[in-house]
Amino acid sequence: MDDMLVQMQGIDKTFPGVHALKGCDFDLKRGEVHALVGENGAGKSTLMKILSGIYDMDAGQILLKGQPVSIPNPHAAQKMGISMVHQELNLMNHLTAAQNIFIGREPLNFFFLDEHALNQNAAKIFEMMNLAVQPWMKVADMTVAKQQMVEIAKALSFNSEVLIFDEPSAALTDVEIKELFRIIRQLKDNGVGIIYITHRLEELFQISDRVTVLRDGAYVDTVKTEDATINQIIKMMVGRVIYESAPEVPEDRGQDIVLEVRNLSSDNVLKNVNFNLKRGEILGFAGLVGAGRTETARAIFGADPYDSGEIYINGERVNIKNPSDAVAHSVAYLSEDRKRYGLCLGLDVKKNIVITIYEKVTAFIGWVREKFVASIASKIVEQLSIRTPSLDQKVKNLSGGNQQKLVIGKWLAKDADIMIFDEPTRGIDVGAKQEIYSLLNDLAAQGKSIIMISSELPEILRMSHRVVVMCEGRVTGELDYTEANQESIMQLATQRNGGNSVPVNA
Amino acid sequence: MTDTVLTKEKRSRADVIQRLAAFGALLLLIVAFSIASPYFFTFDNIVGILIATAVNGLLAIGVTFIIITGGIDLSVGTVMTLSSVMAAVFVKRWGLPIPLGILAAVLTGTIAGFLNGVMISRMKLPPFIATLGMLNVARGLSLVITQLSPIYFPLESGWNNIAMGSVLGAIIPGFDIPNGVLIMFAAAAVAGLILSKTVIGRYTFAIGSNEEAARLSGVNVAIWKMAIYALGGIFVGLGGVVIAARLNSAQPALGLGYELDAIAAAVIGGVSLSGGEGTILGTIIGAFIISTLTNGLRILSVPQEWQIVVTGLIIILSVYLDIIRRRAKA
Ligand SMILES: Nc1ncnc2c1ncn2[C@@H]1O[C@H](COP(=O)(O)OP(=O)(O)OP(=O)(O)O)[C@@H](O)[C@H]1O
Ligand SMILES: [Mg+2]
Repeated sequence: MDDMLVQMQGIDKTFPGVHALKGCDFDLKRGEVHALVGENGAGKSTLMKILSGIYDMDAGQILLKGQPVSIPNPHAAQKMGISMVHQELNLMNHLTAAQNIFIGREPLNFFFLDEHALNQNAAKIFEMMNLAVQPWMKVADMTVAKQQMVEIAKALSFNSEVLIFDEPSAALTDVEIKELFRIIRQLKDNGVGIIYITHRLEELFQISDRVTVLRDGAYVDTVKTEDATINQIIKMMVGRVIYESAPEVPEDRGQDIVLEVRNLSSDNVLKNVNFNLKRGEILGFAGLVGAGRTETARAIFGADPYDSGEIYINGERVNIKNPSDAVAHSVAYLSEDRKRYGLCLGLDVKKNIVITIYEKVTAFIGWVREKFVASIASKIVEQLSIRTPSLDQKVKNLSGGNQQKLVIGKWLAKDADIMIFDEPTRGIDVGAKQEIYSLLNDLAAQGKSIIMISSELPEILRMSHRVVVMCEGRVTGELDYTEANQESIMQLATQRNGGNSVPVNA
Repeated sequence: MTDTVLTKEKRSRADVIQRLAAFGALLLLIVAFSIASPYFFTFDNIVGILIATAVNGLLAIGVTFIIITGGIDLSVGTVMTLSSVMAAVFVKRWGLPIPLGILAAVLTGTIAGFLNGVMISRMKLPPFIATLGMLNVARGLSLVITQLSPIYFPLESGWNNIAMGSVLGAIIPGFDIPNGVLIMFAAAAVAGLILSKTVIGRYTFAIGSNEEAARLSGVNVAIWKMAIYALGGIFVGLGGVVIAARLNSAQPALGLGYELDAIAAAVIGGVSLSGGEGTILGTIIGAFIISTLTNGLRILSVPQEWQIVVTGLIIILSVYLDIIRRRAKA
């Protein structure tokens, strides 16, 4: 077939203790979007890293336009026209956007770098992407979403024939996802072959032509998207059907307020934020990216300073200056950016889990009770079905989704009364999502109070007992679960213009 | 949702302030010492400070490249000594012409740097260990080659003039800035250009900022690291030339401890020990802060023990200020 770009046949890969890929097949045609799905740890990223020259395969072969090739390193892959946007951000924070995009391919003016040409080339790509980013801006100063767009720009800059996107949408906002899809369609029309990995299954139907499912490192099947339904795909992924459920709202919702925030303000970011959280409640925080939800959470947790405002816990005014104060007040915060803030990547699974509770697992003069640590860790690993060969595996070797579960596990071990979850299901597969949802419900039923920040409206609607909506650093409204729906939330989330936050209690 | 975006202007203003801060500290020292002692701000003393900075400045330039990659080089001091020994062997023992002696010194520095690079990027030794090993190897070799005693250059060879002669003085009578100082400034200018305007400079930052990302982008990190360590070695070799010329001899027992002053200069000048940040200008200012301080305290007859204490405090203070600045920016 002459429109075949890539054929991967019988790919096998073993890491120490993990048989990550068991004879996987995959192919890609010119001008198609081929989605790759599967549970966390199914082997999606590994398969694609083999195609882009990052890992060597143990067995199998790769054909590029019918010719067997070997792809020893990322550079070779790029030369063959294969580029990849990685699941984890891989940027050099001290360099500018343009410098990142063209790293390794700097335009030269005789002996010297041509910074002007560099910026112009980057500006051209941004323009094509409708992206408002200055080429000379340092990546460290950008939002995660913008950084992700820079990664995408970089992949585009190679003019590759094969483009691999590993969960590009996980860190993007709706606006940017729309833009990404527009770009992908355009590339597709130009004959580029695109591989798209995602856990947001509804995206498959918006963008993909075919879907391949992996399970436990094995190839399950490839189907045409138009012939498939979400439930079929889920069934192929997890081997069973998963049903969506409605929010579980307890009949007798508690009325005691455990956390109250009054007039929280900080330097242009937060403007008079007011809200409260009740015992046993799941309080959803909705809003567009940049609305100030993460900032609110970080301020409460003491991770960032705030300028004015008061925080009350169980009716008492508290002065939380840093995260360890917060933890002492039994407040936990699960950050949205696991790699940067959530985990010690070089440490193993069990050390990461008990890191919040070392005082509990140590005996006399700080002696760590290893057996106790292992028992706590294995309970958490089981509860969240974290896929790891052992409790001693280094966290950086876990798949992206399993790392995310670990961040949750770490705070579960802590057993805090007030838990703030920031995008808890980002990058997590459908099955595990359900597990996390039921876990949140259980926690609430046990009397824990939960703030759940999420950019996925369906998730907010499904889980929240009450929804606080933010826009531009203000609380623009508060909705009970009976009043919350797509329209009411979106309306509040886009209620721009200045002014004070007036709780719009409808 | 960390949407707190600093504008480019704001960010670069913070950077400028940092650079001004180091420069301001240097000016402040100069003013303070000038007021405290009439001997400080004299032509002879300023020349003394300049020449005292030359060697440390060159070593600090070399180590700046290494630290920006996120590494460290502990061997710069003793490799400098080995370089000066090699120059002496060429010129004194073998009677070769001076340019060949200079070449020998610079090559020695480059090769040592390259070997550091090989150990770090091919053999995967941590930079601290690899260069600690090199520190001892170079130190031992210097002692072996010289059989423990200094090698003096013949006065008539003119070797001394490399650092202590004054080309400038010949052009502008009375303005006798020693050549060693010019060598350092010229090296700084070249190093500054390399760091900010060439590919190897760009990769120095890229590797220090996120080595894995650079690797995934197709940058051959192993090769570039070797090149960067070798590049740093060139400046260390030059340092060997200048110190040998200043002392008109190769002193095999010298060199230990120089690496700490070089690293201190870089750090005071704003080079981040975690990599990805730094400038040559900053490093040079850092080197001047150290030598001005030493000189001024000596003029004020502060005992040498206390000079060391003060230098230590300055290092701590300057890095602490840098941390505060970063926190304000974040
Ligand atoms: N470098 C590594 N060393 C050891 N094990 C690894 C390494 N990389 C991946 N693995 C293991 O291989 C398996 C497949 O991981 P992979 O990252 O391909 O999963 P994935 O399908 O991309 O999952 P996710 O949806 O969570 O990103 C996992 O069990 C993971 O722990
Ligand atoms: Mg993955």
